[in-house]
Amino acid sequence: MTFEAADRVDSVPPSGIRRFFELAEEMDDIISLGVGEPDFSAPWAAREAAIASLERGQTSYTANRGKRELRERIADYEASTHSLQYDPDEEILVTAGASEGLDLAFRALLNPGDSIAIAQPCYVSYVPGATFAGIDVIDVPTRAEDEFKLTREVLESSGAAEADALVYCYPNNPTGATMTAEEMASVAAFCRDNDLLVFADEIYADLTYEHDHTSIATLPGMRERTVVFNGFSKAFAMTGFRLGYAMAPPEAIEAMNRIHQYSMLSAPTTAQHAAIEALDTCRDEVTEMAAQYDRRRKYVLTRFEEMGLDCFPAAGAFYAFPECPWDDAGEFAESLLQEEQVAVVPGTAFGEGGSGHLRVSYATGLDDLKAAMARIESFLK
Amino acid sequence: MSSRREILDLLRENARYTTEDIARLTDYSENEVAEIIDEFEEAGVIRGYGAVIDWNAVETDEERVRATVELNVTLDRETSYDDISHRIAKFPEVTSLRLVSGDYDFDLEVEGDSMREVSHFISDKIAPIPEITQTVTHYIMESYKEQGMEFDDHDDDDRLSVSP
Repeated sequence: MTFEAADRVDSVPPSGIRRFFELAEEMDDIISLGVGEPDFSAPWAAREAAIASLERGQTSYTANRGKRELRERIADYEASTHSLQYDPDEEILVTAGASEGLDLAFRALLNPGDSIAIAQPCYVSYVPGATFAGIDVIDVPTRAEDEFKLTREVLESSGAAEADALVYCYPNNPTGATMTAEEMASVAAFCRDNDLLVFADEIYADLTYEHDHTSIATLPGMRERTVVFNGFSKAFAMTGFRLGYAMAPPEAIEAMNRIHQYSMLSAPTTAQHAAIEALDTCRDEVTEMAAQYDRRRKYVLTRFEEMGLDCFPAAGAFYAFPECPWDDAGEFAESLLQEEQVAVVPGTAFGEGGSGHLRVSYATGLDDLKAAMARIESFLK
Repeated sequence: MSSRREILDLLRENARYTTEDIARLTDYSENEVAEIIDEFEEAGVIRGYGAVIDWNAVETDEERVRATVELNVTLDRETSYDDISHRIAKFPEVTSLRLVSGDYDFDLEVEGDSMREVSHFISDKIAPIPEITQTVTHYIMESYKEQGMEFDDHDDDDRLSVSP
């Protein structure tokens, strides 16, 4: 008897990002615009709170759903920033990153053989996560001409009406696309008309620059069919703390917690202490970081325009998604890395609809960003 | 939409940003940026541009000594804080001068080439000013943060070079 990956694991290829990571790791002095996390460290007050909790010896498990003080603050935060109303006792589950929450939703709320419509290009874990759960995937490729927004038209033409659920992320990784209230309303209408559950990944909600973020769960008839995912990784720059949360009606949270209590038991305790402090005192830092990202966004979009690189005005997260001037974006990214030591990620790594584009992350200090743009410009010449 | 204040924030962050850089970072055109900076300069909002220097890192034989000095003064009908401040601020050795609340009146920063030079300056030029009743000098031993910049923040970028 030897070890072999189970069939459902074997059917999922390794991440397309992996190859670029390995290439980049071999090189010195690269400027990476390929990073999907903030360049800022977690706010100091949150780090201090984590240290203080360790000093007090608070190293045991917490309640399965997360510390109540944290769930209360999450409820207040979501109510005041995104107009979402969830009960901290029954409708919020603290998870090890938003990724755990999505995995729980796939496994706890859908059956093997059910199907899920996945708006793409998207974060790399959705398709594998659904596949591991035995769920059939319906690709919903968004289009460059729609600025990578999810529209009723692409949902209809991709057969999403047949799906049991829809998963998307807006503001979007990898495109930086956002959805206005009006645009979100037409997605909501489609989901109501076709009786779809919605898994709304809103991890970048606070990094929306041109208009207010609209959560689909605030729209009529949507709260009862939606699970909203958020967390501390992006806006609070706390990726390594691994802390997210899911919000949904009690029966959905109850089902997700059934898996969570056996597989995870509780989200990391130290991280929960840091998150309480982050919500109490670090909101100004979130605003300041968002202001910095916005400046860099304008810088990158202006520079692309000056270079003649076609790029829609991405208005969220910390990504721009320019059209690749070569036919093969993978080849372009590899040459750019080798000749100019600048790392970007080809859009194909993020699934259907991403081909022919490049994900350029501006979660990088301005000096590096300026140098990287100058190198890309010289590479294009 | 960008605000004029944002231009001040950017220049404070890095006074070497060009008008072209600032235009790319905001919603203003390059001409607008140049105009706004001119207005700030004329109105005395922007008083100057300087580098933040860690003098301990400068490889030279010359010493650079800095001290903060607490000053107590007495006022009378003819002499106000402003009058005293004018007399003190004129000395080139004085790099900053602030009126503060608390146990003393003025907070003074002084720079010189040696401790001897700084202490002579205090005793010969500052202490004899008639309104000054007391001086307490604190030599700066080490500087960890100046004008918002940490000199060693240990925040090296240890992120994976490429991640999803």
